[in-house]
Parts: sequence; C-alpha cells; structure tokens
Amino acid sequence: MNRPSEVVIVDQVTHYYKQQIALSNITLSITKGTIAGLIGPDGVGKSTLLGLIAGVKKIQHGEVHLFSQNIQLSAVRNQLCHRIAYMPQGLGKNLYATLSVYENLRFFSQLFGQNQQQCKQHIEELLLATGLAPFAKRPAGKLSGGMKQKLGLCCALIHDPDLLILDEPTTGVDPLSRMQFWELITRIKSRTPDMTILVATAYMEEAERYDWLAALYGGRLLATGSPKALCEQTQTTSLDEAFKALQPECTPQANLIIPPYQQNSKPVAIEATQLTKRFGDFTAVDQVNFQIYQGEIFGFLGSNGCGKTTTMKMLTGLLPPTEGKATLFGEPMNSRSLSHRKNIGFMSQSFSLYQELTVKQNLLLHARLFQLPSTEANHRINELLSRMSLTNVADEQTADLPLGIKQRLSLAVAIIHRPKILILDEPTSGVDPIARDQFWQLLAELSRNENVTIFISTHFMNEAERCDRISLMHAGKVLAAGTAEVLISEKQATNLEAAFIRYLQESKQTEELQKNQDSTVQPPQKAIASPKNLIKTHSLSWQRLWAYAQREAMEIQRDPIRFLFALLGPIFLLIVMGYGISMDVKHMKYAVLDRDQTQYSRHYLEAFEGSKYFQQQLVISNDQRAELVLVRGEVELVIEVPPQFGRQMLKGESPEVGIWIDGAMPFRAETIRGYVQGVHQNHLQQLAKTNAHTTPQQLKIEPRFRYNQSIESIYAIVPGVMATLLTFIPAMLMAVAVVREKELGSITNYYATPTTRLEFLWGKQLPYIALSIINFMSLFLVTWLFFGVPIKGSFWLLFVGSCLYVIATTALGLLISTFTTTQVAALFGTLIITIIPSINFSGLISPVASLSGGASIMSTYFPAAYYLDITVGIFTKATSWADLKLNFAAVIGFFITFTLLSVLFLPKQER
Amino acid sequence: MKFLQSVFWLGLKEIASLRQDKVMLFLMTFAFTVFIYVPAKETGLEMRNAAVAVVDEDNSPLSRQIISSLLPPYFQNPHFITFNDIDKTMNQGIYTFVLLIPSKFSQKLAHGLEESVQVYIDATAMSQAVIGLDYIQNIITNEVTQFFNQEDSENPLINLNIRIRFNENLYSSWFMAVNQYINVIGMLAIVLTGAALIREREHGTIEHLLVMPLTPAEIMLAKIWSNGLVIVLASLLSLKLVIGEALAIPVRGEIGLFIIGTCSYLFAVTSLGIFLGTVANSMPQLGLLFLPIVVVMNVLSGGITPLDNMPPAIQYLMKIFPSTHFVEFSSAVLFRQADVAIVWQPLLTIIAIGIVFFSVSLQRLRKTVGKNLS
Repeated sequence: MNRPSEVVIVDQVTHYYKQQIALSNITLSITKGTIAGLIGPDGVGKSTLLGLIAGVKKIQHGEVHLFSQNIQLSAVRNQLCHRIAYMPQGLGKNLYATLSVYENLRFFSQLFGQNQQQCKQHIEELLLATGLAPFAKRPAGKLSGGMKQKLGLCCALIHDPDLLILDEPTTGVDPLSRMQFWELITRIKSRTPDMTILVATAYMEEAERYDWLAALYGGRLLATGSPKALCEQTQTTSLDEAFKALQPECTPQANLIIPPYQQNSKPVAIEATQLTKRFGDFTAVDQVNFQIYQGEIFGFLGSNGCGKTTTMKMLTGLLPPTEGKATLFGEPMNSRSLSHRKNIGFMSQSFSLYQELTVKQNLLLHARLFQLPSTEANHRINELLSRMSLTNVADEQTADLPLGIKQRLSLAVAIIHRPKILILDEPTSGVDPIARDQFWQLLAELSRNENVTIFISTHFMNEAERCDRISLMHAGKVLAAGTAEVLISEKQATNLEAAFIRYLQESKQTEELQKNQDSTVQPPQKAIASPKNLIKTHSLSWQRLWAYAQREAMEIQRDPIRFLFALLGPIFLLIVMGYGISMDVKHMKYAVLDRDQTQYSRHYLEAFEGSKYFQQQLVISNDQRAELVLVRGEVELVIEVPPQFGRQMLKGESPEVGIWIDGAMPFRAETIRGYVQGVHQNHLQQLAKTNAHTTPQQLKIEPRFRYNQSIESIYAIVPGVMATLLTFIPAMLMAVAVVREKELGSITNYYATPTTRLEFLWGKQLPYIALSIINFMSLFLVTWLFFGVPIKGSFWLLFVGSCLYVIATTALGLLISTFTTTQVAALFGTLIITIIPSINFSGLISPVASLSGGASIMSTYFPAAYYLDITVGIFTKATSWADLKLNFAAVIGFFITFTLLSVLFLPKQER
Repeated sequence: MKFLQSVFWLGLKEIASLRQDKVMLFLMTFAFTVFIYVPAKETGLEMRNAAVAVVDEDNSPLSRQIISSLLPPYFQNPHFITFNDIDKTMNQGIYTFVLLIPSKFSQKLAHGLEESVQVYIDATAMSQAVIGLDYIQNIITNEVTQFFNQEDSENPLINLNIRIRFNENLYSSWFMAVNQYINVIGMLAIVLTGAALIREREHGTIEHLLVMPLTPAEIMLAKIWSNGLVIVLASLLSLKLVIGEALAIPVRGEIGLFIIGTCSYLFAVTSLGIFLGTVANSMPQLGLLFLPIVVVMNVLSGGITPLDNMPPAIQYLMKIFPSTHFVEFSSAVLFRQADVAIVWQPLLTIIAIGIVFFSVSLQRLRKTVGKNLS
C-alpha cells in the first residue's frame, strides 16, 4: 500500500461497541491536499471512523494507513501525532473551559514541544488570523459557540499538521460564524495546499463545497465521490435529496407538504411582552416580544446559547421572567397554576424520557400523572403507539432505542393529554433527514387538524422554512420575525440562511466584532519553522509534563467548590473526628441505691464521689428505679449498697456491694468495670490501713504509661486521624481529576497528542501532591496549635514522610481513576476502597499488633498503617529515622506499585 | 386522592430507575453487608489479642507462672525480650505492653520484702491501654496470691458483685454492628435521594415533571417513599441475615417499634438528601458535599463517643442532625429493650427535624431547578 498521493487509506475497517455494530467493512482512501467530507446524520459512525483514523480509538478489525504507514503500531502513531490534528465533536469539547483562550493555546503548544518563542509567535499569528486576538484573556467556557470552534481550530493548527481531522466543527453554531469558519479554512487551505482536511458534517449545504464526499449510513458506506458526482448518480439536484435517495431501506417519500396556515381571526395563544431574563449580570433574554396564534407553527431560529431555551422555559413557567410578561390565551402565565400546565405539552432538548422504562411504561406513567381515566388512557396510548409507529417497540426499553424513535416517543408523551399548546425545544437535533420529515408530518397534522399551537426551536434552516412564521434570535434578542418569504425578500437574499446572516451582520454587536476582524485579519505567514525536529516520542518530556501540571493547577484554582473542599475539607474533618473519636472515659454518671444509710455505706460511696472518673447523678430508692434509669440511659452504672452493710462489715461477714453497668457500649463498660474495681480496692486498702487488721501488701505493680502519660485520646487519635485523612482525601481528589477529563471529553487531548502515559499521570499528579502537602501543613498546624498535641520527634522527618505518603496516595487515586468512567463511580469507589482499611485496619482504633486474619492482611497491603506509625510515632514517641526506615521503604514501594499498575492499565487509545 | 395517586405512580417510577442503576445497587449491597460485617467482626474495641512482651530477669517458677497466665483471647503469646530491647520495640509499635519482672522478685516477696513489677504501656493504643493494664494487674495479683497460698487468709471486708446489663459478655461486635447499621442507613438514604434528584436534573426530566400538573411536594414525597421503602426492606434483610445470621447477634427489643423509628429516621434523612440535591449542581459536587456531612453524622452522633464527652458547642450543633436522636433511640430500643414511653422524645424530634428539612427543600426545589439548567 504505497500510494504517496493518498494520505489516508482505510482498509476493511469494522468496529463494534459491545454487540452493536458501528462500522461495517469500510474501505476508502483520501487524496493529498483535498477537503474530504464524511456526511450522514448522527449515529451513523462518522465520529467512530474519524476517531479510528486519528488514532484516538483502538482499531478492532481492518487496517488504517496514514502517510503510507500502518497506524496499528504504537511507534508509528507516536511519530504521526506530530503530523495530525484532531478536533473532536461537541462545542469546545477538547478545550478547558476555565482556561483563557491564550492559556488553552499555550497548553497545546507545549504538548507539541514548541519553545517559548515559537509558542508566542505562533499563538499570536493564529489569534490574529481567526480574529480571536481581542478575546485572548477570556475563559474558553465564556466564548460563544462560533468562537469556541475557532479556538478549537487554532488549537488543532498550532503544530502545522499535514492532516486536519474535524468532527462536526460547525454543529450548533450560528450561520454567520459558520460562514466565517469556512472562510477561515479556505484561507488556510490556499496557503498550505498540501494540507489534507477531513471533515464530518450533518449539514448537507456545507458538504456541497468539499472536494470529495463519503456518505455513511448505519455504519455502511453508501457512496463516495465529488458532490456533483453524487447528485448525478442519484439524479437529484441537492445533496440533501441525494442522501435520501442513497438510503437503501427507505424509498424516497413524496416531499413533505404542509398545508398553508389559515389565520381566520383565530385568538392569540401565546403572547410575550418585553420578556427579559437575567442571570446575575448576564442577560439571557432581552426584551422579547411576539404573538403566536392558535394552530400556528411558530419557529425560533438561532444558534446554541442565544436564549431560545430560556425563553421557552419562561413560557412553560419553569423560570420566572425578570421583567415583562407572558400570557397564554390571554391569561398571565402562572407557574403555580396546575390547570395551565394541563394546556401545555413540553418536549425538551434532551428528550425527557425515563430511559429505564419501556416505551409503553413511559406513556402509561404520563397518562397517570395527567390523571387520564384508565380506559381512556389505554385507548389514547394505543392510538398514539400506532400513530407514531411505535407499536412494534412498545415493550422495549427506551434507553436502547435509536434517536429517531426516542424523538417520536417524546412527542407522544408530550401530547398524551391533548394539550392546546406544544412547546418543542430543538426536537430534531441529531436525527436523520428521513426521521425528521416523519416528525414534521406529525407536527403538521397536529397543527392543521387538531388546531394545536406549536412553538418550536431549531438551528436547521430547512426546518425553519417549514414554519408558518419564524423569529430570528441572536444573543438574547429577536432580530426579526415573519414568514420565511418576507424575511428573505426583506434582505433581498436568496435563501433563509443568507437572510439570517445579513440580519446578524446588521445587529450592532456583530458589526463591532466584524470591524475587529476586518482590521486584524491578515493571512498568517507560513514563516515559522515547523517544530518537527522535536520528535522524541518515547522519552519523558519534562515540558509536556509541566504543561499538564500547570494546566491542572489553574483548573483547580478556578473551580471554587473543588478548591474549597480540597483546602478546608481536611481541616474540618480533622476537628470533627478529633473530637468525635475519643476513648476517654470520664465523668461517668452513676446512680446510688443506698439501702443501708449508715456512716459505713456513706463512707464507701464517698470513695466514688471523690474519683474524677465518676460523677454522681441520682439517688434512688428501689430496684425498679434502678432498672429504669439504666434503660433510659440516664446513668451508666448503678451502685447498690445492701441493707445491713455496716453491721455485716463490722462482723466480718463480707457484705456484697452490687454494681450494674450499662453494657450497650462494651468498651466503656469494660473501662468502667476496671475503674470500679480500682476504686473498690483502694477503699479496701484505706480501710485496712486505718484498721491495721492486715499486713500491708508487698507486691506492687507500677504502670508506666509511655508516650501519652495523661492517657488522653487526642494525643494518639488526632495524629492518627491526620494519617487517615491524608489517605483518602488526596486519593479522592486525584481520582476525580482524571475521570473528569474522561467525562468531559478533554481526555482526547491525551490520546491525540504525543503525550506519554507517565507525562500525563505525573503531570496531573503534581498539583495534587502540592495541594496535599499544603493539607499536611494545615493539618499539622491544627493538631499542634488547636488540639495542643506537642510534636516530640523531628518535624522534618514527619514532613518528608508525609510528602512521600501523599505521593503514594495520589498515585492510588490515579490507579482508581484508570478503572472508573464516571466521577460518581470514582468518588464512591475511592471511598469504599480507602475508608475501611484506613480507619479500621490502620491502627487508628485497635493497634496493628493486635490485628489477625483478614484484618492483618488488609493492613499489610494498604499503605495507611505504615504512615500511621510515622505520624503517631513522631508526634508521641519521638521515633527516629532508624525505627522508621522500613515504613519509609514501604510507602515508596506502594508509590512505585500504584504507578506501575496505572501505567499498565491506562490505555493510550480509546477502546 | 389525585395527590396520593401521583405520589404512588411517581414512586414506582423511582424504583424502576433504581433497579437500573448498577452503581447504586452495588453500593447498597456492599454497604449493607461488608460495611456492617467487617467492622463488627474484625475491629472490636474490646481487649483482644494484645501484643505483650516480658523481660523476665527473675526466671523463677513464680515469674514463669505469671507469664504463662497471659492467655488468649486477651493476650497474644508473650515474647521474651531483653531490657535493652524495650525502647526500640515499643517505638516501633511492636508491643503494646511490656512486663518487667526484676531479678530476685520471687525471693523478695517470699521474704515479705516489697518488690514491684513494672508494666510499660504504649498509651497511644487508646483502646487497650487502660483495660489491658487492669487485666494485667488482676492476673499478677491473683498469681502471686495463689503462689504464696494466701487464699485461706481472711475474707475481704467487702465483696464486689459487678453485673453487666444488656450485653452481659460485652461483645463489641453487637455494638459495632448496630453502629455501622445506623451509619449505613443514613449514608444510603442521603446518597440515593440526593442522586435521584440530581439525575433527574441532569437528564432534564425534573423540568418535564414540573411542567406537568404536579407539585414539588408530590415529586419529593414520591422520592421519599420509594427510596425509603427500598432502604427499609434492605435494612431489615441485613438485620436478619447479616446481623442475625452471619454475625449471630441476638436482636432483642421491640422490632416493631424499631421499624417505626427507622421509617421516621428515613423520612428525615431522605429529606436531608433532597436538600443536598437542591444545593449541589452536579453529581461530583453532591459527592464532595456528602462526604463531610456523612462523616459528621457517623462520628459525632454519639454512636462512637457519648455526646457528653464532646465540647458543648459540638453537642448543640449535633442536635440538628437526626442521626444523633436516632442513635439515642436505637441503642435504647435494641440494647436496653426500651418501650415507647421511654423513647417518644427522640422519636418525635426525628420527625420534627424531618419536617423542617422537607419544607426547606420544598422551597428550594422549584427555585433551583430552573436556575441551573441553561
């Protein structure tokens, strides 16, 4: 396979997700210097194919050759990373939302080993070329959709790739930004004619301008060729039509025709007056006005984040407007009115279905919640099942259904109670053109036959054209409203898209943006020497490692909840647990039942009163009372002195004092028993001395309490708790940090760039080690100053030990995060794995020396016990380096083991 | 009527959702089995297996007799070490107790001279230090007395008869099991309801519910009864199988009353869970919020250390948490066989706290739902 002009060769590639086939036997090749497109609706396998070509996903069957090299070999992939750029699907998915535009670009530049000067020069050029220069300091998360995509492109272009892979770069972006995006690509292309661009898109209009197309459907390749060739092949005039014609299982339907809307002085169904919504200082919806008549289909057209959803939420009563008002059939919208809600059907972007219920169960649940009588409900459900063609999937679980069916079910659910108004928030995103047509057929019937008012939002132009009237929305404002024809003719445009672009250009805000761009746009000079001399793929690059560390540190700082938890959580928990786990037994409350009432019995009882351990609470007079005060937990022990106590004692008849101890807390009961015996013995000795009946005892037992002479819990417990906290908090923060990237999708940057495993792992670990060392210092200060536990040994030994230990526990977090896929699983997984061994088997509660069996094994193979010896030892015993050598070695051993396992289990490609 | 129907149907939906949530089901099974069994079985606070060493400089029949009576289950077999080893081994935490029997110990005592045994105790081993010393003192005194055959000397002036109530043999597994059981119930109730709410918010289905003719109260009550029921059933199963069978702990006290208490407690903690679900914006945030709250509930509710031992400020603070009252309630019912007449106060307090959390969450629910989803 050595065809140099063909940059990408895909040979018989098949890919499965579990049982589901995603790609079936795909073979294609792409010529150098072309713009190649993969077309087809969502879920046909476009992204999978791009992922495989980019080397981000692991190839299951078949081969992929890039630049005549087989990328199945990891050495080849590592080399080629420098020549490929991959921009995943989703607005700004591989960007870091809290980092600024400039910081994002710098991060990518560092990953590709560019030096500071190259980096700076390159970034400035790209920013100028894309018109992002004025926004260099803005966090990526606060950019508009179009700007995010431009930034994504900049990040992809930072290392001058030879192959640029873009996965749906313009989905959800407003038409003006889309146009600008393609102008930018064309400009770049004109200066680097050798660069090959591979794009996936669901917009057929965009695909018209590519050099070559591959149409995908259901994981199969339908056809390849230039746009013209595809149209000719199917004898159609547009790509949209051509694509429908190519689909094998569906015979092309007659074009959807919606009968024109008859106004006939119908009443106003929805009216918005000066509707405004602000979130803090951000105005999401700005003085929006419109009137929608009964039975009308009213379209809301705009890009992601322009305020469509917020407006709809205000109309459904989910959000109260900040200003202005909304009325439904002349009545002001009242979110609390339940009857209002019976008039509204709502279908949200995410298809609000219960994924775990079957189709029928979903319908049944909603019928019940809308209080339909059961016979009517059954009738209605069957009617909807057949009307929406859902009968044959009625008993299937919703989660397993394709998007198109979910969408129809969602509509069925929204209209089950025959609402007069239907509010649909982008109901068709991600659904293929045929399913979309079917959906619109249903909407048309509802509107024309049942007089349902439909308010629908979309970012598809051809859908907007089907609405009776459209309102163009941008940045919270309605730019224009009217029928499609009126809007088009008003701007003398050829189609709705062009009209929309003109409206956008006119709006003041974009005008400024445009000005900015015009003044700054200049073709980037291709002057920079490509930094490809830096291809050292296998060795550890400190620059990349540092890039990861720096970025992670910035992200933690900018996430207030995580940052506060990381800094204050341990201190809070130490204080709570330091007080909470106390084994001190003091001030034990007791009741006295003195049946003798002589000086002798009182003398005996005085012995207890005098002890600092006991505190007399009650004097009681009978057995029932004694039982009751124990059951109620009012006292922990009852002392009963029998009648005739004094007399018997004098006679030498050994009267028997009864003690009842509450055994509910065995540890306390045991200690109480010990203290009672002690007080008793003491009393006897006192009596013996004063009476001089017996010889004094010769045997003495001298207890020497070491390390903690006052035997107060906090001296032992607080340093122990410190060890426990430094086990699970660093592990937890670390585990979440990696899984977050998996969940948000930015992990792709690790797959697609020349980053090695250790660079990724250690780079991410570094800031958490620093944070954990800060935690150690604050815990140390709380222990020392707040709890007043003096440190007897060497602080520096403790410091070094703690640093090593948090390195080991963060490594444990990394290991856990290589297995888990969601943040929730990582959080609870870490808790379960770390909490039992670090509290129960580390020596915090019972000494390690006393553990046996499973407990002993757990304490041997978990690092907590080794570190607990270090903290408790240095704080209380002044343990020296000589005695702790083994513990230090063990902690280092755990770090090495955890890291090796993480490297072993962290794939460099997505499975 | 309509109200109850909606609550019922929505609750059934909750149970169906939970059935699909593998992570939660695993967490629940794990918590009700391992989290109860392992601590109860493996970590007693009672004196067991204490590591002890002896420096026997006397090496007489008496000293050997003393040493041989340091027996399991209280002590491990004693190790013999030399005087110079004491510091090193204790510093490394190898032994909790070291006995030093001086030379000529037996001889001196026989001649009526005063002689002492020194007991070195690692006082950082808080759970054993005091009790262990107590045992050692008794053992030595008894052995010495027996050795010199002093039994027939006169009776003690006063006899002491100590009876332990409610847990005669002081099995710490009873205490640990019940304690963990209470912790697990609270932990799961918060996680399940909090996560159920966040999941609906993340999937957008909660908005869907709010657009329908349903009130937030209905949505909340549905979550409370369904998740509460699941936990009650799982906890009863665990009470029977894990605590009753596997750990063989006799469950005494009025079970009916305990179930009523558990249900009231679940009402309070599930409401707390929903409250947290309205405070957090995502699952990870819920996780981070959940951790300190659960630790506080587990550690400071009086289960491990009695409230009286804590600083007054913490005692007052802990009165806000339903767990404090539930610990009081369940230890009275399960250990001391208390009846309603005795425990009505904590029971009512739990319900009152539940009502407060419920009303606050109700207020927050509608407010937070719209706000966070843009």
